[in-house]
Amino acid sequence: MAVLRRILACALAGGLLAASAARAEDLPVIKVEMKDGTITPNVIEVPANTRFKLEITNTGTSPVEFESVELKREKALAAGATSSIVFRTVDPGSYDVFDDFHPNSKATLVAK
Amino acid sequence: MIGAFVIAFREVIEAGLIIGIVLAATRGIAGRGRWIGLGVLGGLAGAALVALFAETISDAFEGAGQEILNAGVLIVAVLMLIWHNTWMAKHGRELAGELRAAGEAVRTGQSTAAGLALVVGAAILREGAELVLFLYGLVASGTSGPDIQFGALAGVAVGAATSSVSYFGLAAIPTRYVFSVTSGLIVLLAAGLAAQAAQFLTNAGLITVLDRPLWNTSAILREDSLVGRVLHALVGYTDRPSGMQVLVYLGTILVMVALMQVSSAGKRRQLRAA
Repeated sequence: MAVLRRILACALAGGLLAASAARAEDLPVIKVEMKDGTITPNVIEVPANTRFKLEITNTGTSPVEFESVELKREKALAAGATSSIVFRTVDPGSYDVFDDFHPNSKATLVAK
Repeated sequence: MIGAFVIAFREVIEAGLIIGIVLAATRGIAGRGRWIGLGVLGGLAGAALVALFAETISDAFEGAGQEILNAGVLIVAVLMLIWHNTWMAKHGRELAGELRAAGEAVRTGQSTAAGLALVVGAAILREGAELVLFLYGLVASGTSGPDIQFGALAGVAVGAATSSVSYFGLAAIPTRYVFSVTSGLIVLLAAGLAAQAAQFLTNAGLITVLDRPLWNTSAILREDSLVGRVLHALVGYTDRPSGMQVLVYLGTILVMVALMQVSSAGKRRQLRAA
């Protein structure tokens, strides 16, 4: 239990550190809509080499999971839910993203 | 229906394979069934909570809440696996029935079984939160057709059955060798989980060095293919590992093997002195 408590304390301290270093107001927000297997926009344009927030909304009736293997990020969303992924930095380039709960859906995230 | 089946199947085996290894690794420890059962129940309850509070968790720590939670859960699991293997290096032969003096193994076996229950709970908590969202959304909300609901539930059942095959496969290994095999599997499992934890901390912005991919094997085996996912769950396969992930992976293996050597050397000294 002592080990567990130490880990939690470390995670907490680390999180607070990150939180104090970041300023929420200058964070660009890019909105993405996911609906039963479609991802809008199909080409998601984001700024490269800077922090930004991807705000994902599931407007469909089935659960979705935004995922990019290349970017090593994933986020599952229930129907009607909105959630975000904060990216610290993305190299310029184009990355495949998909909805892991709807096997045929595809979109591209372009950082420039 | 096929889509729902594959998704449910995939999510279940990712956690199920870990449970299979843990069950095989705790063979001969009294009361392990109860501990593992507790781990499964705790993991499911945790997964439901995470699914329920998904948005609150995500928004914590400036949007890094999910990553920090995942990293924390993984680090606990890795520590428990390190502890178990170190303990096994000392007591494995007693449990395999090769040595008479199993007294100490029986006394302290309970705590390592409890540690592995945490590993099982952690595996289900991580994979299960997604599965809960998926199943709840499809089955309980009643917005999808019966064939999709059937597909999802069949996926859960077949996934559980496939996972139990992995356990029975390991259980069929002769007693003398089974703990060598499970110890080896647990070293790779722990290294893979540690590397995943490192990636979550990188995503959360807490690790900012060595974050570029070292190589790319996606042309040979994609991480999001079924084989890729199984290997990801078992040995931490990733098609574009960052420098930090490789470092943490190798470091975890090194630490575990060293601790196991020290522990089994201590046991041999103890036996000679007796």
